[in-house]
Amino acid sequence: MELDPILLSRLQFAFVVSFHAIFPVFTIGLASYLALLYGLFVKTGNPAWERLAEFWTKVFAVVFGMGVVSGIVMSFQFGTNWSNFSQAASNFIGPMLSYEVITAFFLEAGFLGVLLFGRERVSPKVHLFAALMVALGTFVSAFWILATNSWMQTPAGVEMRDGLFHVTSWLEAIFNPSFPYRFAHMVIASFLTGGFVVSGVSAWYLLRGHDVEANRKALSMSMWLLLIAAPLQAFVGDMHGLNTLEHQPAKVAAMEGHWQQEGDGVPLLLFALPDQQAQTNHFEVAIPHGASLILTHSWNGTFPGLSEVPKAEQPPVWIAFFSFRIMVALGLAMIGFALAGLLLRRGGRLYTHRAFLQGLRLMSVAPFIAVLAGWFVTETGRAPWLVYGMMTQAEAVTPSLTGGMALFTLIGYVLVYAVVFYAGVYYLTRVIRQGMTEGEVHDVESAMRPMSASHVAYDDDYPDGYTTSGS
Amino acid sequence: MATIDLSLIWAVIIAFGVIMYVLMDGFDLGVGILFPFAPDEESRDVMMNSVAPIWDGNETWLVLGGAGLLGAFPLVYSVLLPALYIGVFLMLAGLIFRGIAFEFRFKARRSRQWWNAAFSGGSAVATFAQGAVVGAYIQGFETADRVFTGGALDWLTPFSVLTGLGMLAGYALLGATWVAMKTEGHIQRWARRLVPSLLAAVLLVFAGVSLWTPYIDPGVWERWFSHLQVIWILPVLALGCAALVWWGVKRERDILPFLATMGMFVFTYLGLLVSRWPYVIPPEYTLWDAASAPGSQLFLLVGVLFVIPIILGYTGWAYWVFRGKVRPGEGYH
Repeated sequence: MELDPILLSRLQFAFVVSFHAIFPVFTIGLASYLALLYGLFVKTGNPAWERLAEFWTKVFAVVFGMGVVSGIVMSFQFGTNWSNFSQAASNFIGPMLSYEVITAFFLEAGFLGVLLFGRERVSPKVHLFAALMVALGTFVSAFWILATNSWMQTPAGVEMRDGLFHVTSWLEAIFNPSFPYRFAHMVIASFLTGGFVVSGVSAWYLLRGHDVEANRKALSMSMWLLLIAAPLQAFVGDMHGLNTLEHQPAKVAAMEGHWQQEGDGVPLLLFALPDQQAQTNHFEVAIPHGASLILTHSWNGTFPGLSEVPKAEQPPVWIAFFSFRIMVALGLAMIGFALAGLLLRRGGRLYTHRAFLQGLRLMSVAPFIAVLAGWFVTETGRAPWLVYGMMTQAEAVTPSLTGGMALFTLIGYVLVYAVVFYAGVYYLTRVIRQGMTEGEVHDVESAMRPMSASHVAYDDDYPDGYTTSGS
Repeated sequence: MATIDLSLIWAVIIAFGVIMYVLMDGFDLGVGILFPFAPDEESRDVMMNSVAPIWDGNETWLVLGGAGLLGAFPLVYSVLLPALYIGVFLMLAGLIFRGIAFEFRFKARRSRQWWNAAFSGGSAVATFAQGAVVGAYIQGFETADRVFTGGALDWLTPFSVLTGLGMLAGYALLGATWVAMKTEGHIQRWARRLVPSLLAAVLLVFAGVSLWTPYIDPGVWERWFSHLQVIWILPVLALGCAALVWWGVKRERDILPFLATMGMFVFTYLGLLVSRWPYVIPPEYTLWDAASAPGSQLFLLVGVLFVIPIILGYTGWAYWVFRGKVRPGEGYH
């Protein structure tokens, strides 16, 4: 079988970027939460806020460290696998990605160290300031990355000369048509991720009766956040969808499984098996006129179907169609949990309803899946374009790359990340299991590294006869 | 703005970033290379502790260099990374394992030997890959129409294997002189004993590369054996530094051998730059061929000129805070 370097490069990029994305999406939300907790502690002086803040800082340190490690790989992916794209688009993406790096380093240099290690060395107010700056930094990082990605979706402010993109207006290029929607959608997604992880972990602690006072506070706070953020996300997502319909109609057609207009209005498909070969769906379960109402806000409104695009230029429908449904279903479940939380709160059973708390535990993975599913929709829905309407994936790939080389590194990254992920998640679960009590410090500890902010042992026993000087 | 050559400014910034990376990550990679040969587990704790607070700051320069290349000299980025595809992967995999080992080794008990292996193996692989990259760079790349056209393993030649081994010896020497500077007692004595043979290995590779390089490209020969006699000062200074390393270790000086080793690296690096200047993708493209649009270079320059002094200040501060000897059983608190 002939190995296709384009397909393998796409798989590799999808893999490394998905692996990377789960960490920042969590740290963006969590950084704001930390700033809020330290702020509440400074304002009220209640030690419960401090316990919560210190515990979640430990988690933040581990997740941030994993994000940094996996992020290093990302800065080389563009050159190794998409060198034609790198060269053609460098006038825009080069400064954008570099500014992200600069922001991240500025953050790490100035404030992350104070946030993670400065509790004893600076006043609570200075420490709070550091937490606020770290939170701000995560948003600025996201700003550069999402502006770059949005530009690839809806390019603006550039012109093509001699095969290279030249920036004609930085403002138009950065604030391109899909950027505000994507940025808002992603920031809320980060808050939802932080909110559901915090509420899930708090629920688990409440089920076990661990530090009930602090965890009730944490659960209550995050449920209020979710009550606002979950419905808001549905609204912003809808706006984002309308924006996509305007600029990338083929993507929306793939999301809706809409091949061509038949009769009045476009139905909303709850389920179907899209068949790209035959350009139709099987086993449709549909709400008549549903998609018309959602996307055109009118009963008989229509929008372009996939059949208007030549078959070779259609995105892979299966991925966009099912990823979109997974994302929406999880989003609805999030709204459901947020509303259930409000009802239980009114009945005074928010902290004691065991089934609800168990459900929250499970829901803590939901935002991660929803975020990845959403990115699958928007990234595969852009196919076959890399820069929409201007540069295809086939034009963008590294010319000298062979299928064998791409397969070698794809397998390599999967193996490396499997080890990293296993080690990281294993350690994170130990941090969470230990909870908010101060554990024994076993390690020869040194400052200034993200993960040394958490003093939890990696495993249980030393080898026989082994002693360490630090215990 | 037409009077200011932005490409030249950027070339200086990137060249500075590369040597900062080599010097700073060089010694902590070197500590990793020497790790398996340490006298005992306690020494390994001390060795790792001596670099733990600063290693990730050191790797800052690598990421900054990669991103800066894409912004300022995209042609270099988009030719070198495809040409070095496998080598770059090996380097990243090595750096990742090593970075994770830094975080988890101190917290591990039963699994500690695995983290030791990840630390030393990752360091050695990343170092060899970097050395081979230097060799491949000196040899030049097969390009057509601003695109790399060679094969996956073009970078792996007898010459690049030699430079890879040279880099292993060089970083190990940096690591050994660093450990000798930062420790005392039996660990320091062990590190000092390593220096003469590592120094000999480095000089051997240095001689081999120096004799071989002029034959790779007539331009390099021309550069060294025609009018520009003044550049011979660079190899002379490098050898002078080597003598200082040897003398410093004999006299049991703490700091001198480490500084002199860094001097060897700096002068050798300058010699390489002089050999190839102004070509950034030998043998075809100069730095002006490889530049991005002036507007993009300027847009990024503003941010970089703002942040580099901050990074330098922060780095200097971190080294100041963690100055002095590292003793067994003592972390930084």
